[in-house]
Amino acid sequence: MTAIAEDIGLLQRQADRRRFIEPWLYLSPALILIFTVLIVPLIIGISYSFRKFSAFHSEYVGLDQYRAMLGDKVLHGALINTAWWTVASLVLQFFLGLGLALLLNRPFHGRRLVQGLVFLPWAVPIFLTGLTWAWLFNPVIGPLPHIFHAIGLQAEPVTILADPQTAMWGPIIANVWFGIPFFAITLLAARKAIPSELYEAAAIDGASPWQQFTKVTLPFLAPTIAITVMLRTVWIATFADLIYVMTAGGPAGSTNTIATYIYVSAFKSLDKGYASAIAVLLLVLLIGYALIVIQIRRALLRDV
Amino acid sequence: MPGQSLFQRIAGQIGLYGAIACYVVFALLPIYWTIKISVTPQDLLYSEGIRLWPSRMTLDNYASVLKASDFPRYFLNSIIVSVTTAIIVTAVASFAGYALSRFKFRGKALVSLVLLLTQTFPLVMVIPPIYRIMGQLGLTDNLYGLIIIYTAFNIAFATFLMQSFLDGVPKDLEEAAMIDGCTRLDALRRVILPLTLPGMGATVAFVFTAAWSELLFGLMLINSESQKTFSVGLLTFVGKFAVDWGQMMAASVLALIPVCLFFLFLQRYLVTGLTAGAVKG
Amino acid sequence: MASVSLRNVHKKFGPVTVLESIDLEIADGEFVVLVGPSGCGKSTLLRSIAGLESINGGEIRIGDRQINHVAPKDRDIAMVFQSYALYPHMDVRQNMAFSLNLRKSPAELIAERVTAASAKLGLGSLLERLPKQLSGGQRQRVAMGRAIVRNPKVFLFDEPLSNLDAKLRSTMRTEIKALHQSLKTTAIYVTHDQVEAMTMANRIVVMHDGIIQQVGPPLELYDRPINIFVAGFIGSPTMNFFDAVSAGKSARLGDGSALALPASAAVKAGQEIVIGIRPEHLHFSREGLPGTVVVVEPLGMSTQVTLDAAGERVTLMALERPKLAPGEAKYLSAKPEDIHVFDRASGLRLN
Repeated sequence: MTAIAEDIGLLQRQADRRRFIEPWLYLSPALILIFTVLIVPLIIGISYSFRKFSAFHSEYVGLDQYRAMLGDKVLHGALINTAWWTVASLVLQFFLGLGLALLLNRPFHGRRLVQGLVFLPWAVPIFLTGLTWAWLFNPVIGPLPHIFHAIGLQAEPVTILADPQTAMWGPIIANVWFGIPFFAITLLAARKAIPSELYEAAAIDGASPWQQFTKVTLPFLAPTIAITVMLRTVWIATFADLIYVMTAGGPAGSTNTIATYIYVSAFKSLDKGYASAIAVLLLVLLIGYALIVIQIRRALLRDV
Repeated sequence: MPGQSLFQRIAGQIGLYGAIACYVVFALLPIYWTIKISVTPQDLLYSEGIRLWPSRMTLDNYASVLKASDFPRYFLNSIIVSVTTAIIVTAVASFAGYALSRFKFRGKALVSLVLLLTQTFPLVMVIPPIYRIMGQLGLTDNLYGLIIIYTAFNIAFATFLMQSFLDGVPKDLEEAAMIDGCTRLDALRRVILPLTLPGMGATVAFVFTAAWSELLFGLMLINSESQKTFSVGLLTFVGKFAVDWGQMMAASVLALIPVCLFFLFLQRYLVTGLTAGAVKG
Repeated sequence: MASVSLRNVHKKFGPVTVLESIDLEIADGEFVVLVGPSGCGKSTLLRSIAGLESINGGEIRIGDRQINHVAPKDRDIAMVFQSYALYPHMDVRQNMAFSLNLRKSPAELIAERVTAASAKLGLGSLLERLPKQLSGGQRQRVAMGRAIVRNPKVFLFDEPLSNLDAKLRSTMRTEIKALHQSLKTTAIYVTHDQVEAMTMANRIVVMHDGIIQQVGPPLELYDRPINIFVAGFIGSPTMNFFDAVSAGKSARLGDGSALALPASAAVKAGQEIVIGIRPEHLHFSREGLPGTVVVVEPLGMSTQVTLDAAGERVTLMALERPKLAPGEAKYLSAKPEDIHVFDRASGLRLN
């Protein structure tokens, strides 16, 4: 009798263990990949920031790299550029994307076609976006300098990418072009999830379209807005490809952001240690930012 | 809507279509321009640089790109990398997304947070160590290294997408299947995943696009011509032949085709799939 | 076909106990209904029997076999879900054949069983249709067909009629009962609707807060509810309850009036009790409990009268059609043997 009870107990424990492990089995491929390809190198990267690399060996230097960062004028310039780049890109993308999402929410002729067309920029490979916009700004083969000249924005048709004062706007505009679909798609999906009865009730209660927007649409959209803005901000801030392709950080470092600076440092100058230190700085800033936004989103969700 | 005068209604329509036209023009301008230059003959390039359409069209640029350069090779490499990455990522993300969608377990919130944080990783952050590790593993200068890296970077977002799509499938379907005689894995394979095909398609398209566009890792890890992907190839092309605009544009248009087709077809599912998942939670 | 036995079954969700000391023996071929308000644990218990939930303690047996640790697919049960859970991408025939296909059963067996089941349920013309092309009642039947084809030891029903409209519900009730009589398979049925419980069950199990309150044939629960909860849950319109204090052979109600207690009541003088009287057992009389008419609702076959009496809202069911006006004063009485007496503190029956 006891033997049978023990058997059943064993089977029971095995079944319980299986139930416990099940979700982790499904998650394991993803987690293993992320751990080996992202987390381990990340930790290694952080350890690099405490070393100095030269042609054949590296030595441990403690916080020297970080101290060097504090005095690096180029880095300071890059930080300012990063802020400019991120904020301007984000604000423009977001509001234009929101506008597009709201437009696409209304019925009109050819909506499906239009929806496909305006989402195309997201599909275009980044390097191509950068190259194409660089060409558009080029007076030799592009229309924009001539248009700018014609409407008085420029004294003569030149590429804005050559002038340190205006160079940053090139990548910004390209980034906005690329990023509008992201916000448009996610905000449109979120907008569609709002039940229409809420708008009907608001209309009967006497709300104007603007009031409906602020009192119904925005509160429901708020959590989505928080997450998408956070994601996109981080992506933009760490985006090196686009700028690299358009201006490689020039002219005169006017378009150098932290991301391009890291890439250039790591690659061209072979000082992986310094590049890693800057990257750690970037990582800390971003994680802090991400956590703040997550908190805000949680607070917003509670209220809805 | 009742309550609006005829004037308001007309003005509203004009505004609506006007705004839409602006967005469409803005979205299509670069692509249109690239196509236009790609069919402009060499001699007309400078004189007609800013015309809306060349007076004479030619397909010579495409011919030279396809026949006389390394582009077909680059194209093929990109296809191999992007398709492989997209398939592997979607498969792995389906399982991970299923776990997050269906199970309640300790550490679930932590896993979601970790996935979210890896999305925010600066790529640049891991470039130095990955370069070194890949070098030591002998994975530089070949496509496998790229596939591994691209896969890892896309898992988090793909999992998020698949979780959203799976949330739209009712749980009692797999319970019914399990009672009918399936293990959970069987139920997932036979019943649940077939119902998320649009979602999986959208995820494949998304990852394909991301892998197709990737530049920096390709630039860093690949040196030999035979292994270059499209993005790297195009960039070095730009460096080498600084002024052959026609050919570069032709190459760019070719680079655009697979991706735009994929995306045009599948963006519809992205919206509906995300909405369904959103409604559930 | 087999018996089902639950012994000392416990289940917790985190710190909350959802099933406590569940002991239940179900005989082979019985139709048992688990009934109770939302959150009482009936669905959890059903899903535990199915294997969709695990239990923290106790034993579940089907036949002689202990199945606590056995996966759902190996328990030889079939379940009909509230939402039917039909596979949307398969047609009706494939839905019903799914489980047999999984076991690689021979094609003739599958065809034979599917044809038999669809004949029993009138699904013959719908076999090629997809679930989204069917009405609610048809989907319900396909879900049952899928279960029948399995030829299981036990049928489990999880509130299958909740999503149907009232008229369809009563038709399906009869069909399910007839089906059970012809198939003779043990069935466990969960519902929150006590009418379904009363009409379909061989025995009813009333649950509340994870604990079994009473088990028995429908009429036994109706006539002799074991506590106030069961008395108030079974029967519609609900039993009338009055707080009272016993005074030997009678009880004094809140407003001072007295009611004669049944002889079998085991009450002490001065004990605080609750008196329960079913609406059909209250009569208008020349003396007794004073009350004021509030609303008169004619139902055709009977008349439902709501009155205020002894500080409570009281319902009276009359088979005639009394002429009454709102605000009229009437006297109510009931035969002592129709009165239920409960201890106020414990809620338990005293007669």
